[in-house]
Amino acid sequence: MEDFVIEFMFFLEVLFSGLLTGTLYSLVALGFVLIFKASGVFNFAQGAMMLFAALSLVGFQEMLGVHWTVAFLLTVVVMILLAWCVEKFVLGKLVNQEPIILFMATIGITFFLDGFGQTLWGSDIKPLDIGLPTGSLDFGGIFVDQLELVAGATAGGLVLGLAIFFNKTKIGRALRAVADDHQAAMSVGISLRNIWIIVWSVAGLVGLVAGIMWGSKLGVQFSLSLLALKALPVLMLGGFTSIPGAIIGGLIIGAGEKLAEIYLGPFVGGAIENWFAYMLAMVFLLFRPQGLFGEKIIERV
Amino acid sequence: MFYREAGQFKSSYKEDQAVFPILQDRIGIAILLLVAFIGIPLFAGDYFVGAIMTPFLILALAAVGLNILTGYAGQISLGTGAFMAVGAFSAYKLATFSIALGGAEATLPLILTILLAGVVAALVGVMFGIPSLRIKGFYLAVATLAAQFFIEWLLVKVGWFTNYSPSGVITAPPLVVLGYEFHTPAEKYLFTLTFVVVMAMAAKNLVRSHIGRGWMAIRDMDIAAEIIGFRPLQTKLTAFAVSSFFCGVAGALWAFVHLGTVEPEAFGINRSFSILFMVIIGGMGSILGAFIGAAFITLLPIFLNNVPPMIGWNIGVDMVAHLEFMIFGVLIIFFLIVEPHGLARLWTIGKEKLRTWPFPY
Amino acid sequence: MSLKKFVLGAVGAAVLAAPLAAPAPALAEDTLYLPKLVYRTGPFAPGGIPTANGASDYWAMINERDGGVNGARVIYEECEFGYNTDRGVECYERTKTNHGGALIYQPYSTGVTYALTDRTRTDKIPLLTMGYGRSDAGVGTAFPWVFPLMTNYWGQATGIFKYISEQEGGIDAMKDKTIALVYLDIAYGKESIPIFRTMSEKFGFTLKEYPVTFPGLEQKATWLQVRRARPDYIVMWGWGAMNQTAIKEAAGIRFPAEKFIGNWWAGAEQDTVPAGDAAIGYKSATFNVAGKEFPVIQEIVKHVYGKGNGAGEENVGQVLYNRSVVTQTFIHAGILAAQEKFGVKAITSEQLRWGMENIKIDDATAAKMGITGMVPNIAPTCEDHIGGGSFFIQQWDGKKWNLVSEPIEPMNDLVVPAMQETADKYLKEKGLEPATCG
Repeated sequence: MEDFVIEFMFFLEVLFSGLLTGTLYSLVALGFVLIFKASGVFNFAQGAMMLFAALSLVGFQEMLGVHWTVAFLLTVVVMILLAWCVEKFVLGKLVNQEPIILFMATIGITFFLDGFGQTLWGSDIKPLDIGLPTGSLDFGGIFVDQLELVAGATAGGLVLGLAIFFNKTKIGRALRAVADDHQAAMSVGISLRNIWIIVWSVAGLVGLVAGIMWGSKLGVQFSLSLLALKALPVLMLGGFTSIPGAIIGGLIIGAGEKLAEIYLGPFVGGAIENWFAYMLAMVFLLFRPQGLFGEKIIERV
Repeated sequence: MFYREAGQFKSSYKEDQAVFPILQDRIGIAILLLVAFIGIPLFAGDYFVGAIMTPFLILALAAVGLNILTGYAGQISLGTGAFMAVGAFSAYKLATFSIALGGAEATLPLILTILLAGVVAALVGVMFGIPSLRIKGFYLAVATLAAQFFIEWLLVKVGWFTNYSPSGVITAPPLVVLGYEFHTPAEKYLFTLTFVVVMAMAAKNLVRSHIGRGWMAIRDMDIAAEIIGFRPLQTKLTAFAVSSFFCGVAGALWAFVHLGTVEPEAFGINRSFSILFMVIIGGMGSILGAFIGAAFITLLPIFLNNVPPMIGWNIGVDMVAHLEFMIFGVLIIFFLIVEPHGLARLWTIGKEKLRTWPFPY
Repeated sequence: MSLKKFVLGAVGAAVLAAPLAAPAPALAEDTLYLPKLVYRTGPFAPGGIPTANGASDYWAMINERDGGVNGARVIYEECEFGYNTDRGVECYERTKTNHGGALIYQPYSTGVTYALTDRTRTDKIPLLTMGYGRSDAGVGTAFPWVFPLMTNYWGQATGIFKYISEQEGGIDAMKDKTIALVYLDIAYGKESIPIFRTMSEKFGFTLKEYPVTFPGLEQKATWLQVRRARPDYIVMWGWGAMNQTAIKEAAGIRFPAEKFIGNWWAGAEQDTVPAGDAAIGYKSATFNVAGKEFPVIQEIVKHVYGKGNGAGEENVGQVLYNRSVVTQTFIHAGILAAQEKFGVKAITSEQLRWGMENIKIDDATAAKMGITGMVPNIAPTCEDHIGGGSFFIQQWDGKKWNLVSEPIEPMNDLVVPAMQETADKYLKEKGLEPATCG
């Protein structure tokens, strides 16, 4: 009986830490969703943007010796500038191109940002400390990482904020209009350019927040950009166009991969997390090809 | 003026449907092949032949493979690296299996080994192509990543694939065909080139056949294609099979000819991405584009990396690498803006211009 | 798209292609060409920067202080490959014939090491893989051109086990103990598994294996399992971003840091500093000692940094920096040996192979090189490319690494037969004859 209780507690711990890790994935996935939703661009550069934002934050802190809030604001300015540049020099020139071409263009942006970020701030690993709590809390034998709790709360807050932004503000409504139909939105006087700049800025901001969370966890280093790969199954499962989908998808993927690794992994040699997340998402897709919350794909001949 | 086809009359369907119907094209290809087969091995150094041309050709072959799937059949795949890995490891298993059976003399002929490895890759490709019937577009791209990660994991995990080598790295057996060992970079290059030319010609003909037209119909609109009588299941799966065959052969060549040793990481996710980039940059739905794209993605960074030291600009290798990344990124965007349909399209446009030059009207 | 643009494009492409085949110029004075494949960028840059700086600074110091090795100036040249195997191979091919031919390569990357094993054999260039690469490469007859020196991964695994058993009061005390092996799930990480399994069978301890998916950014599941298994010790085979995450996670499950031992690629300032307080007490193997007090490091500070040069002052004295410096002193010793034997200043790579096989790092040489107390003594031979080295265990105190053990020798009775076995298998698969010695 006692064994059972211990096992059950362990199960709960795995589940809970999986869910929390999942919200960390969601943070990365959110940036993808925002841009895909408003411009139909599959933004490969989201990982690089996250890295770039985190690097800038640490860089400003180091270089200017300012409090992290100042560095944060400076980084926000940088990300807005980046969004403007992306619109001005890349997307603006590629209006009406096929999605795969836009996707490729974001790869160009990725290469550029990877090189540019390292040129400015170096490739060394940099500790990021903005006073987020570290270490774990002990809830009757269940250890919970404090940083992940903060990340979970932040992710929740971000989604709530974005939901309000999209549904209640004028800009948000304009964004949704653009997402529905570029042509129609333009014809009622919405400036596509401004909308894109706003969306990329918001995605940059989300990237910054994700970068802070992951950077506090891992230190700011080039590997952060690889986290985009962890966000893809989340994106796929939740649907490319749904903000709540990114959160729910993150929870499912996070919990799923941890449970699989611990209860399935030992039988097949372990380290199955990576492909399991993708397999899980693929199985979901077989039943709902547009993801859990994605818009239904309607095809007409 | 240089590219006039006036006066070249076709008097039979056969002539009309030739792969290169225009005389100038035939001459151009002949010259290109002469340079590739004779000029480069004779006059270029080992570095150029061994470290630049050979990997470029192998990756171009993989890009041809992916172009069949993505460019012609419209299915975006990010599992290319995995299919290459399947090819590499199958070739290794086939080669060492036959050694185990009958000693070094009784090995399976090398060329057969490589082709069989391609077949194995094709089978695996078909298996992972099945979800494409339900999943489309970027969702499919992400779904093929499942294949990528799963196969990579499997090859690392199951000792049988690497003959229980402690670290999972295989060393390829020597390249011997009919008793002749391919040893120098130039020999290895010619070996690769032969494979690539034959297979590229096969691909070119395949996409012009009814199978290729089926792929293109599916790509342009799968529901419409279905209505006019193409079976989506068979058409998509043949595309996956043929594409994976090419990738598998490329993987086997990469392992046996280029690196001489292979670890699964050599076929990681970055490989899949870079081959997709080649297809998009080079031009989707163009065999020529696969080669141009491969040149762009593999040669350009190396070139950019070579420039600053060459012009005596001493800025440290890390700075060079950063510059390489930035310029490479900018060039990708630049070429997409100039010609979103890929570099192969530039060639087509160039031909059009040359046809009337210097009198445009 | 106008014709002008097209022509411009074509000309551009031609210009692009031209320098790819440019040959290297000849030279007159006696020089020694030492190319170095480095990764100062990319995901593994934190480890790549100090190893590159160590080499760069050492040869700068030698040229500055002595005017080269016996008057032969050293041409040290870096080639950046970003830890990408393809580019590493390209770098090798690009540099191998420059300046009269490369003398030796030291890639600091498992993937590149594997890929270069065959190429260096054909090109007859030594490949120095001190502390990494194939474990069986120490068999000089099977891998005549590869020099792992010191110890290999298998030797290291047995040594770490010896250290643990000493802590527990002898090998017999290990019978009811559990050791968790946390490793990065790629070729490098898996290298130590066979020998740990052999030891587990032989000495009766329980071995639990925990792979971490590459690149090891997210390890929650691994550490939940470790926590449930309650091992007595954790041994880590990690590299790059994985290490400091693991150290933090271990602290998260409140595992005592002094029972957590990394291998020598998981024990540098780059791993512990970002982990903060979680790393205090964490141990790792190392075959070189960190610190600035050694004469060779002082010389670098004086002759390189003192003159306003140098690649990165913050790295000086760090574990990886000193490791790289030590590696260079071995090459230096090899060059000296070859120069003496063959009576030429500008030696060739084949002569350097002889030199590397005949270096003797004893107390006298160490003093001459300025590395006394920095690294154990070794004496490789033609058959034995390891040379009977040993290594230490060091511990992080929150500020610096301190040695906490005497030199540990590997269990060669376990390691050598295993090496011989896989080396023979390698020769058979490649259809190669073993090299002859003497």
